[in-house]
Amino acid sequence: MSEALLELRGLRKSYNVGLPNEAEVLHGLDLRLAAGEFVALVGPSGSGKSTLLNIVGLLERMTAGSYRLQGEDVGALDDQALTLLRRRALGFVFQFHHLLPAFSALENVTLPALMAEGRIRRERLQQARDLLAAVGLAQAMDKRPSQLSGGMQQRVAIARALVLQPPLVLADEPTGNLDTASSDEVFRELRRIHAEHGTAFVVVTHDPRLAARCDRLVELVDGRIARDQAVRPPAPPGGGASPPD
Amino acid sequence: MRLPAFEWQVAVRFLREGRFQTVLIVVGVAAGVAVIAYISALVSGLQANTLSKTLGSQPHVTIRAPEEVVTPALELPPGEQSLTDTQPRAQPLRSVANWQSVQRLLDPRPGIAVVSPLVSGAGLALRAEAIQGVNLSGVELDRYDRLAGLRDKVVAGTARLDPGDAIVGLALAHDLGLRPGDRFTIRTGAVSDTARATALVDFGARELNRRTVILPLRAAQNLLGLPGGVTSLDIGLDDVWSAPEVATSLRRQLPYRIESWQDTNAQLLSALNAQSISTVVIRLVVAAVVVLGIASVLVVSVVQKRREIGILRAMGATRGQVLRVFLIQGGLVGAIGSVLGLLLALAMIFLFTRFVHASDGGPLFPIDLSWATAMRVGLLALVCGVLAALAPARSAARLDPAQAIRL
Repeated sequence: MSEALLELRGLRKSYNVGLPNEAEVLHGLDLRLAAGEFVALVGPSGSGKSTLLNIVGLLERMTAGSYRLQGEDVGALDDQALTLLRRRALGFVFQFHHLLPAFSALENVTLPALMAEGRIRRERLQQARDLLAAVGLAQAMDKRPSQLSGGMQQRVAIARALVLQPPLVLADEPTGNLDTASSDEVFRELRRIHAEHGTAFVVVTHDPRLAARCDRLVELVDGRIARDQAVRPPAPPGGGASPPD
Repeated sequence: MRLPAFEWQVAVRFLREGRFQTVLIVVGVAAGVAVIAYISALVSGLQANTLSKTLGSQPHVTIRAPEEVVTPALELPPGEQSLTDTQPRAQPLRSVANWQSVQRLLDPRPGIAVVSPLVSGAGLALRAEAIQGVNLSGVELDRYDRLAGLRDKVVAGTARLDPGDAIVGLALAHDLGLRPGDRFTIRTGAVSDTARATALVDFGARELNRRTVILPLRAAQNLLGLPGGVTSLDIGLDDVWSAPEVATSLRRQLPYRIESWQDTNAQLLSALNAQSISTVVIRLVVAAVVVLGIASVLVVSVVQKRREIGILRAMGATRGQVLRVFLIQGGLVGAIGSVLGLLLALAMIFLFTRFVHASDGGPLFPIDLSWATAMRVGLLALVCGVLAALAPARSAARLDPAQAIRL
C-alpha cells in the first residue's frame, strides 16, 4: 500500500468548546487520500464540508483525532510550521476568486513564489506565464482582476494555486459563482492539470454534474461520511458505455 | 539578511490601493513633521540669538580673587552657635594672584576660545562741567575683542587702545559731549588722568552705554591702584553650554572664585529652560497626534483588508510576514511624510526670514534647519510610523485565516 497523501482518523471538530453553546460539527471522520486522486466532496449545506476543507487546508485546527499530511502529524505543529507545510503541500481555489485587486494577473500568480522564496526566480516567472497561457490567459497577464471576467479570474486563481506545484489542491466550490459555460471551462482546466501534473484535487461542489465528472465521491451528511465511492472508473478509450449506477 | 521583497511589494501596493487614505495620512504626518522641525529651528535660532545678545559682551566663565572673609578665632563644634556679632569685611579690589601664569595655563586648553584679563573698578569721567560715574575696564584690546566682539559694536571712530586712549559707551559720550578724538578726564580716589576717546561703542543696553569706559590695561591698573594686577580673568568658550563643567573643573584646580555665566544669569537660564521644555512638550504632543493618526488609518486598513490578509495567509504567508507588511506601511508613511514635512519646514523658514523683519529692517534673527535636526526629526517620524503600526500589524497577524476568508 502506497504512502497516503493525507490521512484523517477519528477527526472531530467542535466550535465554542467549553461554552454552553458548544457544537460538534464533525463527528469522527476517517478519510484517506492517495497522491493524484480527484475527489468530489459533496453534501447539503451545513454538513461540514467547508469546515473539513479548512481543517485539511490547515486553516483551522481539529478538536480531536489525528491528521497526517505528507506523513507529518499536523496536530503537533505550531502556527509557523503549519504555514510552511501549507506552502509546500497545498494550493487553494476559493468560490470567490479571492485575487488581490492591487496586483496584476501575473503578479497574483507569482505572489506565492515571492512569499515562499523571497524573490521571483526566472524559471518561476516562466512557469507562471506558462500556467496562465495554459488556462487561456496569455493575453491578460498584465490586467488587474477587476478588468477580467469571473471565469478568467477563477482561472487566474487556479494558476496561482498551482505555481508552487503542490501535491494537493483544495477547491471550495470553484465554479459556484460562474455560469454553466465558464464553469465547464474551469472544470476542464482542473481535469487537464490533474492529467498532466498528477496533482490531487479535493473539489467541494453542489453541482451533481461536476461531481459526476470526478473520480471519487465523498458525501458528508451531518458531519459524518455517508458515502465514499468511485464514480467513474477509467473508461476504456474509444468511449464504452458508462457503467450502470 | 535577505530584503523582505514580498512584504515590501504588498505594503507598497496596499498603500497605493488605499489612495485617498494614504494621501490623507501622509499629509498629516508631513504637517506634524513640519511643525516639529519648524519649532525646533525657530527656538534654537531664538535661543542662539538671545544668548549672543545677552552673553555677547559677557564672559562665559570668570576667575576672581577669593573674597575677604572674617576668620573666626574659635572653630565652633557643629550644632553650637556663637552669640557674637561679626562685622563683615569690606571688599577692596584685589588682584588675581599670578594671573599671567594662570592665563598661560588656560590659553592652550581645549574648549577655551580666549582668556581676557580685566581690571575693573569705579571712577568718574569729567569733561567741562559734566561729571558721570563710570565703570573703568582695563583690557588687552585683542583678547577683549575676541571675548566680547568689541570691534563689531563700534559706531564711530576706530577701536584703538594705545597708551592714553579710551573707548567710550555711546550714551556716556553723549552726556560728556565727546566725539572720537576728544579728550576727557578720568578720576579715581586721588589719582586722575586724561584720555582720548578713539571709538564710541553701542553695547545694545543703555546702562552699559552710559557707564562704560574701556582703557588699556596699564592705565586702568594705575587709576585703580592695582599695579600689575587684574581683578578678573574672563574666559570665552567654544561651547557656551559647557561653562558649568569648565567652571567646576577649574574650581578643583585653582584657589580662586570661579563663576560660570549660568551662576550669574539664573533668570536668563530659567527662561531658556522654560523655552526648551515648552518645545519638548509641543514636539511630544505633535508626535503623539502623528502616531495616533497613522495608527487609526492602519486600523481601518486592516479591517478593510481582512479578506486579503486571509488569502495571503492561505497562500502561505506567515504571521511574521503579515506583521511586517503593516510595519513597513507605517514606516513608509512616516518616511514619505517626513521628507515632505522637512521640505514644508524649509519653505516656512524661508518665508519667516523673508517676511518677518526686526524694527531696523534686517532679519529678526537667523533661523535655519540644521542637518542634525532634520535627520533627528526624520528618524523620529520613521520610528513613530513603525510604532503606530505595531498594534494594527499585530491584529492583522493574529487574524484567523479561515474566518477572514469566509467574510
